[in-house]
Amino acid sequence: MEQTHPMVEVTNLKKYFKTKRGMLHAVDDVSFTIRKGETLGLVGESGCGKSTLGRVMIRLLEATGGEAKFWGEDILRYSAGKMKDMRRKVQIVFQDPYSSLNPRLSVSELIAEPLLVNRVYSSAAERNRKIAELMDTVGLARRLMNAYPHELDGGRRQRIGIARSLALSPEFIVLDEPVSALDVCIQAQILNLLNSLQKQFGYTYVFISHNLSVVKHVSDRIAVMYLGKIVELSDYKSLFVEPLHPYTQALLSAIPLPKFGKKRDRIILEGDVPSPIEPPEGCRFQGRCPYRQDVCKEKTPELRELEPGRFVACHFARTLVPASGK
Amino acid sequence: MEDKKLLLDIQDLSIHYVVESGTVHAVEHLNLSLAPGENLGFVGETGAGKTTTALGIMGLVPNPPGKVVNGKILFEGEDLLKKTEEQMRSIRGGKIAMIFQDPMTSLNPVITVDKQIAEMVLLHNNVTEQQALERAEEMLELVGIKRERARDFPHQFSGGMKQRVVIAIALACNPTLLIADEPTTALDVTIQAQVLELMHELRRKINTSLIMITHDLGIVAEMCDKVAIMYAGKVVEYAPTEALFNHPGHPYTEGLFNSIPDLDSDEEELKVIQGLMPDPTNLPSGCTFHPRCPYAVEACSKDVPPMVEIEPGHFVACPVRGKPYLHLGK
Repeated sequence: MEQTHPMVEVTNLKKYFKTKRGMLHAVDDVSFTIRKGETLGLVGESGCGKSTLGRVMIRLLEATGGEAKFWGEDILRYSAGKMKDMRRKVQIVFQDPYSSLNPRLSVSELIAEPLLVNRVYSSAAERNRKIAELMDTVGLARRLMNAYPHELDGGRRQRIGIARSLALSPEFIVLDEPVSALDVCIQAQILNLLNSLQKQFGYTYVFISHNLSVVKHVSDRIAVMYLGKIVELSDYKSLFVEPLHPYTQALLSAIPLPKFGKKRDRIILEGDVPSPIEPPEGCRFQGRCPYRQDVCKEKTPELRELEPGRFVACHFARTLVPASGK
Repeated sequence: MEDKKLLLDIQDLSIHYVVESGTVHAVEHLNLSLAPGENLGFVGETGAGKTTTALGIMGLVPNPPGKVVNGKILFEGEDLLKKTEEQMRSIRGGKIAMIFQDPMTSLNPVITVDKQIAEMVLLHNNVTEQQALERAEEMLELVGIKRERARDFPHQFSGGMKQRVVIAIALACNPTLLIADEPTTALDVTIQAQVLELMHELRRKINTSLIMITHDLGIVAEMCDKVAIMYAGKVVEYAPTEALFNHPGHPYTEGLFNSIPDLDSDEEELKVIQGLMPDPTNLPSGCTFHPRCPYAVEACSKDVPPMVEIEPGHFVACPVRGKPYLHLGK
């Protein structure tokens, strides 16, 4: 619990899935730390392993290897009983507020669930007071207490999901694409809510999203993932001002800007993301990289600290030269 | 709006859905026009009526429960609403083509892609099957897919490639109007960039007019000449893209812009539009946006605001904020 330790320390975390065609490397040797009260953004395209990483680190999926230390203790080695206590402190909000809520439970029953499972309150009166308080916190009108999810819009449903995750007073919350299913106006409302909750209660967030402008808005630091690996990790400002990894550069240049006449030089990547099944040695991005060299095929680049706080997994970061013969 | 040269001219279109709980006014008194070769962006949130309008143009509003209750859709001077089903069938996919949002579900999984493109060519042209298949391969090349892959099935393609196939089908008969309904929403950003680039390029090659339905103002800025902003079944602002982005007139448009986190600057809190989209079976009186509008005055709840031209080509349906520009000279 000392201040010197980061709150979360993930080291060499791996998650492989067995498939008919071989081992799928969903998360492959990933390391990072998170400080108390900060938001780490996790971005990448579909299939890059960001959701799997979010789940493995809080043990909703069992890791294949590596460590996930919270307050200095590796929760991946916790016994089932100890893990159950731990789960109160570590929560998750899911992407789809349409499928992550039981349609047969009312709003108050949905929010009561975590309280009942953990037997937090012995009396129903106390529990109901807490439910009402949680509804106030997330901005759900109390008259909706007996409403069912199908009667509510996506934004309100997501507020229920957030209330559920807050019920046990957690310290660490994984937000897995919490606004992706919502319209921009509702999305903005939820982002503001998450922000004010963090200020009020000092939560630590991992914010998973494929939407770069959303991630930039909420995060202190951002990790960019590609095919199971973190390719760049940096404070949000440097990442957007001066991306170092060729993939980050392409990703940022691909965002259509909602401004007139402000088109950036777009880097159009060739082809598609290759298969994560039995990936070959070398840099995962080299097949699509406009700067690839021979060494990229042979040696996997380590995530190295190029400057204080700026990590990048590229052999040629800062010395990129377009590949010859192209 | 009397211009004979307009490719598409929608006048006073209203489409309603009759459901158990009442009548949904999906599209209300909509006016829109499109010149040949023009790109129109159609922006709004879920339930604003964008897709219903597109289905209206295609003559595909499911009836029941949907019904076009009023208006005209003039395409090349002729009212599409007066056409017979048979006539519509030859226009659909021929002169007007549509690209749907989800490439994963708009292709037939058990037919090879070249046959799916050829099917379209055969339906609309007097050609042999061999010629149609030849045309299919040409189309695949046009959208950047190698001929060798013509006999592959959809599941052998990635999401971006499938959307390319869908685009190839839509363009196979040289449509004069292409309606793209959220063509890149299901795709990742780098793949989206590839598809947008392709659509840009194709528009340079084939002079097709485009209606781009999207909720992403970034895509509009990049792709479109004009924009229509829809809210609760109505167009609330209609303007050249530059005017809309530089000085949006309607409070809803302003709210939309404020809801998007800005990549170039830091804001602590987003300025959100309060409240929710109104219940489409029970729309507010007067201006449908007034309960959520920070500028609303008493009259807003009574009178339906007309579209006012505040500068050439820039229409706004808001008497409070959409005042004609008198200071544009500066």
